[in-house]
Amino acid sequence: MARKTNMQTLLKNLRIIDPELGLDLISDILIDDGVITKIAPEIGLNDWNVDIHDYSGCVAAPGFIDIHVHLREPGREDEETVETGCAGAAAGGFTAVACMPNTDPAIDSAEIVESIISKAAKTPVDVFPVAAATMGRKGESLSPVGELKEAGAVAFSDDGVAIKTASILRKVMEYASMYDLPVIEHCEDESLAGGSMNEGLNSTRFGLTAVPPIAEELTVARDIMMAEYTGAKVHIAHISTAKAVQLVREGKAKGIKVTAEVTPHHFILSDDCLADYDTNFKMNPPLRTAEDVTAMIEGLKDGTIDCIASDHAPHSIEEKEMEFEYAPNGILGLETTLSLSLHHLYHTGVLSLIQVIEKLSVNPRKLLNIPVPAIKEGEKANLTIFNPDTERTVKVSRFKSKSKNSPFNGYVLKGSPVAIFNKGKLITSE
Amino acid sequence: MQLKIKHLLGLENVSSSDIQTILDTAVSFKQVLERPIKKVPTLQGKTIVNLFYENSTRTRISFELAEKRLSADSVNFSVSGSSVSKGETFKDTVRNIEAMKVDMIVVRHASAGVPLYLTKITDSVVINAGDGIHEHPTQALLDMYSIREKLGKLEGLKVCIVGDIAHSRVALSNIFGLKAMGADVSVCGPATLIPRNISDLGVKVIHNIDDAIQENDVLNILRIQLERKAKASFPSTREYHKFYGITKERLEKNKKDVLLLHPGPINRGVEISSEMADGEHQIILEQVTNGVAVRMAILYLLGTRHGEEN
Repeated sequence: MARKTNMQTLLKNLRIIDPELGLDLISDILIDDGVITKIAPEIGLNDWNVDIHDYSGCVAAPGFIDIHVHLREPGREDEETVETGCAGAAAGGFTAVACMPNTDPAIDSAEIVESIISKAAKTPVDVFPVAAATMGRKGESLSPVGELKEAGAVAFSDDGVAIKTASILRKVMEYASMYDLPVIEHCEDESLAGGSMNEGLNSTRFGLTAVPPIAEELTVARDIMMAEYTGAKVHIAHISTAKAVQLVREGKAKGIKVTAEVTPHHFILSDDCLADYDTNFKMNPPLRTAEDVTAMIEGLKDGTIDCIASDHAPHSIEEKEMEFEYAPNGILGLETTLSLSLHHLYHTGVLSLIQVIEKLSVNPRKLLNIPVPAIKEGEKANLTIFNPDTERTVKVSRFKSKSKNSPFNGYVLKGSPVAIFNKGKLITSE
Repeated sequence: MQLKIKHLLGLENVSSSDIQTILDTAVSFKQVLERPIKKVPTLQGKTIVNLFYENSTRTRISFELAEKRLSADSVNFSVSGSSVSKGETFKDTVRNIEAMKVDMIVVRHASAGVPLYLTKITDSVVINAGDGIHEHPTQALLDMYSIREKLGKLEGLKVCIVGDIAHSRVALSNIFGLKAMGADVSVCGPATLIPRNISDLGVKVIHNIDDAIQENDVLNILRIQLERKAKASFPSTREYHKFYGITKERLEKNKKDVLLLHPGPINRGVEISSEMADGEHQIILEQVTNGVAVRMAILYLLGTRHGEEN
């Protein structure tokens, strides 16, 4: 629930972890009119006008950002809107999201970017639109890159598909790099695309149409080479195969400006999950093999994979409750990503808490040139507060998102979002 | 003789004893088909819906005859294309049909997994009559029945499935069923028609048809899907026939007495020459006859199955 903004807020007994400042201490935080005014242990105040919360056992980190979110606006407001998506983000522990341009119409004009940002202004969450790299995401002509940047776009992508040809990719990269903006690629060779699951033994067993892992790897290789050639920054969205991770690892070693994100479902679930033909396990890229899942974990661990992003893709029940081959791709993520990351990465010893925070806040903000909020006196308070140790049971019925398509319903996870503080307001998760 | 399975969704996880029971039961139903009055009252009062979301002539007629010969009340519901184009969701269609009080649903659908999905949204017994490129268990059971009838056994036999393995539900069901019964299974065809990981199912991959003929007791020749030619998985039907077509010369050259099966419909002159399609090695029409008996056995065993044990 929202609190009045002109009030002081005192957050007590937080473990403050700010990787950029090298901070890891237990302290209180006093916030006045949205600005951090004091960080000290045992701040005592006898003022009636202070909203006091005891967050013993909880961590405060620079506000988390999910850089791969489909807000569905404009075009599919029946599935999600900027408002409901942001409510889901806040409940899931995110103070910011980057939204993808495969809306209807695509985010390929300054007006659409501005309209999304103005809708987001009324929510507790900052929304950073990723604009279409080409007009209508058709891969034919450049979108108005400069105007889109001026309007607030933070990156360019034809997400949903890869940028169609090497020729237009080159132009997008050359243009975007003038503004130091990254190109985010959904890596999938169009001519090999079109299946409902990963090609492998399981697709043969389940008799489903399949997309081979090499469809992703070919495009990752192309994009890394083109980034080297043009000097542009390329960000590999929802990486999912072991070889793709290896390509990014090698690209980084050569000094090429390549970064990558992975979704929780790709570092947790394998294509064994499709045995029941549950459409909540249908997404693109598809769930891969257990070996690929292991490679995601390795990539997160050694830093090849820079960030965790959800690929939050809301779909209506009637669209998803369908014959497997006909159901649309995609699952929700905003309200599960934090818990899944803590449960499957932190509590398993894959990542430290600091590394989890880096991959959900510091790294993604840096790669989109968004300032990383500092937990420091005099700075605006932009915080994610979570309890790494409390268990929660995922219940899609309680999601703030308009859609309910999550395969994680019923999962018991250790680590829960507690609240965010952003735009002068404390928003609690439950 | 009670089956462990409650539905027939595929053969991947069906035990050899269940397959044995189905094949043995089919023997007595085949005798029924040879009588002047080809009808038994076994499923009197049971209602069966044949829910066909994909075109089919022989499988649907075979099921329909099997149902009528068991005295069940059966109705056909055929829709071409997906439920998407119909405007009503598949789930709503099925719920409506079930509200009319049916006992069993025989389903064919272009999307794999629909039979399993049906078991989750209805209480009816579900029989898979072909789902996408997944399974076609009754076809595999009638193939196995036909082989066993002709050669007296399945165990230890060498059986090769020839043709478009990648787009065939018949191939996968045959692989699972034959392997469960102890047969030695291989597949033969051009690399583009063989799934990359098929050998992980314990199946040998052969690319040379002469090797396949020499090494095997039975060839199950799949229809080359001319309608999928646009997919361009092989150069031409002419070239396919030259390198993979079953011809008299090819069998004579390999001096091999081999049993030929074909699930139909046949493309004469493509996967099999006309001469061989009508020749002494093949049992293609017997397969069709056996199909009715095997489907009667399955309908009877699942339709009269009682209790929730296992």
